[in-house]
Amino acid sequence: MEYDVVIVGGGPSGLTTAIKLKQLNSDLNICVLEKASEIGAHILSGNVFETRALNELFPNWRELNAPIKTKVTKEKFLFLGKVKSLSWPTWLLPSVQQNHKNYIISLANLCRWLAEQAESLGVEIFPGFPASEILYNEDGSVKGVATQDMGIDKEGNKKDSFEPGIELLGKVTVFAEGCRGHLGKQLIKKFELDKGKDPQQYGIGFKEIWEVEDKNHEEGLVMHTAGWPLDNNTYGGSFIYHAENKQIFLGYVIGLDYQNPHLSPYNEFQRFKTHPAIKKIIEGGKRISYGARALIEGGFQSLPKMFMPGALLIGCDAGTLNMPKIKGSHTAMKSGLIAAEAINEHINNSKNLSIFEEKFKKSWLFEELYKARNVKPSFSWGLILGIIFTGIDQILFRGKIPFTLKHKHSDHETLKPAKEMPKIEYPKPDNIITFDKTSSVYLTGTNHADNQPVHLKLRDPNLPISYTLEEYDEPAQRYCPAGVYEVQKENDINKFVINSQNCIHCKTCDIKEPSQNITWVTPEGGGGPKYGNM
Amino acid sequence: MKILVAVKRVIDYNVQIRVKEDNSGIVTDNVKMSTNPPDDNAIEEAVKIKEAGKASEVIAVSVGEEKAQETVRKALAVGADRGILVKVDSVIEPLAVSKILKKIVEKEKPDLVFMGKQAIDDDCNQTGQMLAALLNWPQATFASKIQIKEKSLEVTREVDEGLETIEVNVPAIVTCDLRLNEPRYASLPNIMKAKKKPIEQINASDLGVDTNPRIEQIKVEEPPKRKAGIKVASVEELVQKLKNEAKVI
Repeated sequence: MEYDVVIVGGGPSGLTTAIKLKQLNSDLNICVLEKASEIGAHILSGNVFETRALNELFPNWRELNAPIKTKVTKEKFLFLGKVKSLSWPTWLLPSVQQNHKNYIISLANLCRWLAEQAESLGVEIFPGFPASEILYNEDGSVKGVATQDMGIDKEGNKKDSFEPGIELLGKVTVFAEGCRGHLGKQLIKKFELDKGKDPQQYGIGFKEIWEVEDKNHEEGLVMHTAGWPLDNNTYGGSFIYHAENKQIFLGYVIGLDYQNPHLSPYNEFQRFKTHPAIKKIIEGGKRISYGARALIEGGFQSLPKMFMPGALLIGCDAGTLNMPKIKGSHTAMKSGLIAAEAINEHINNSKNLSIFEEKFKKSWLFEELYKARNVKPSFSWGLILGIIFTGIDQILFRGKIPFTLKHKHSDHETLKPAKEMPKIEYPKPDNIITFDKTSSVYLTGTNHADNQPVHLKLRDPNLPISYTLEEYDEPAQRYCPAGVYEVQKENDINKFVINSQNCIHCKTCDIKEPSQNITWVTPEGGGGPKYGNM
Repeated sequence: MKILVAVKRVIDYNVQIRVKEDNSGIVTDNVKMSTNPPDDNAIEEAVKIKEAGKASEVIAVSVGEEKAQETVRKALAVGADRGILVKVDSVIEPLAVSKILKKIVEKEKPDLVFMGKQAIDDDCNQTGQMLAALLNWPQATFASKIQIKEKSLEVTREVDEGLETIEVNVPAIVTCDLRLNEPRYASLPNIMKAKKKPIEQINASDLGVDTNPRIEQIKVEEPPKRKAGIKVASVEELVQKLKNEAKVI
């Protein structure tokens, strides 16, 4: 099938591109492919939302009843020690971390709303259809994508229900898969989009939604923490957002450049909830959702070139998240706005797609990412020096310090051998405040149709046992937030087991595996989590 | 031969059901909805019969809120020819649904009515049987195999004792089991085509059916949590505990 523009991914950047294109030229034929069973079902985000890009897309979003209701009314920042906590005055926070003009929202619900707007403008949205393959023209430019075949069994044979994938061709294809998109990854390599850039940096973010007691709920309150349970050398922190309906969005982000293979990001998050300052908020409440997703932390230095012949790479598929701001939705949407303008000029006036870069460099998005660039790398010196440097960089110089710090390593290179690093004893879940992975994954509604090929591909099937287990105690058992990877002992022989049906599509394994031995590819459409208002 | 297939919009089977805090019902906001799984089998079977040249038209019908249109659309995408949505905004019980379906049957005059054996939300397992009674048609419930004959159907039923094969005269009601077939996927081109197929919208109130609930729902509660098990050191201890604590032996 042929379209003017094919968009891969129904998140904030992809949907914004689709809507803006229709606003610029309603005659364009546009389709959006989404791997989740419905728009929003694979979206997971904090989220404290800055409306800047949305104001540009729909100045009347309030009248259109956008699901953006809870204004930030109060802010707190806590440094956690093991038992104590120290409140940091918000006026001493850099302006990028001040949120009084922002809103606490569910990004999944915002995407559902954006999808409704897009459909009413005539955009065709196809949930349940992952783009699994990039199609190229003879001259090497991107021609479009093919969707995944449906109805293939574990051995690769066609079942009765087999339905072949479809080729979707576009004058321009927009890749908006989110952080570590599996097609985006191929494009970055093929077109060397990351040439001359620092290696991309990632984090893993967890989120739970809790319904809490009235007395512990203060709608509009935004709280962040740093410190315990992480040590000085591990980058991370928490968020606690008091949303509407007595719900609290509680989350934790850990930089995937952590060094200790014994570290379990999931268990750090669970342990974090047992801190007296946190426990008192959720005690007596009920956990109603759980999820996890990798996110971009590299910023400006790691941002690849975002255009190539026939295609654009936008949002966090490229990496537009603003780390010190802890926000990526408005930047993803802005990249979608710029993409739409560039594509419209490309189609109408046959301008080269490189016009995207010109527009990007003139935009507030570029300026914002530039000013934010030195914060994350400064934390490679540890939490305390990072905070001191960030204070100087962000408060005194407002991001205009005349040098740029580098990201030196990819996240898969940072693990140290297991025997050199201390083991970490994590407390057992109490099933009230803390939970095991199995009961957490249960809340995500994750499923993949049985009897389909495993979508987590091992380049070398022996490596996990022959090397990674020996050297790093197979960290996949711990970094996976859904318990997909297990090392099981059978008759004294270790076996690497992949429970791919539990996969919540966070992409952490694809990023952190020390030998880059695991590749995440798209499973059958509609699989994965079924997040509600994440 | 004309086949009418009833489909229901329910909470997706993968979603963990959550009870509202005031115990007045379950949470449905921003929850993924899907076609009731055995209804997918019903549509699939009807489409297969049509593809085999034994039916002329497959009509999908749903009773529910405006958004149930998506469920009808899904049926159209896997091969139904046209759709009907009977709109009701309030809670609707199986008796009212059967009465509405009776009206649709009288209007459309199908030879067969297919539907899932029960819906996974309320698990009532009543609509097919009630419709058969209202129409005074024969019924074949829990079908795992359907063979079309001249003026009858041979239906294999999944019953507690095993398999039961019965023959029913047409017109008839068939409620379908999950073992009946493997529903196909809706392909992209067929989803596009389905967007152009007609869906007739009818208000339940215009059919003259009383849809008021006959059952008063007092409250909805979650099932009690299972307590964690314990490990015992020996068989003796186990026997002792079963005898003295659990008092089962």
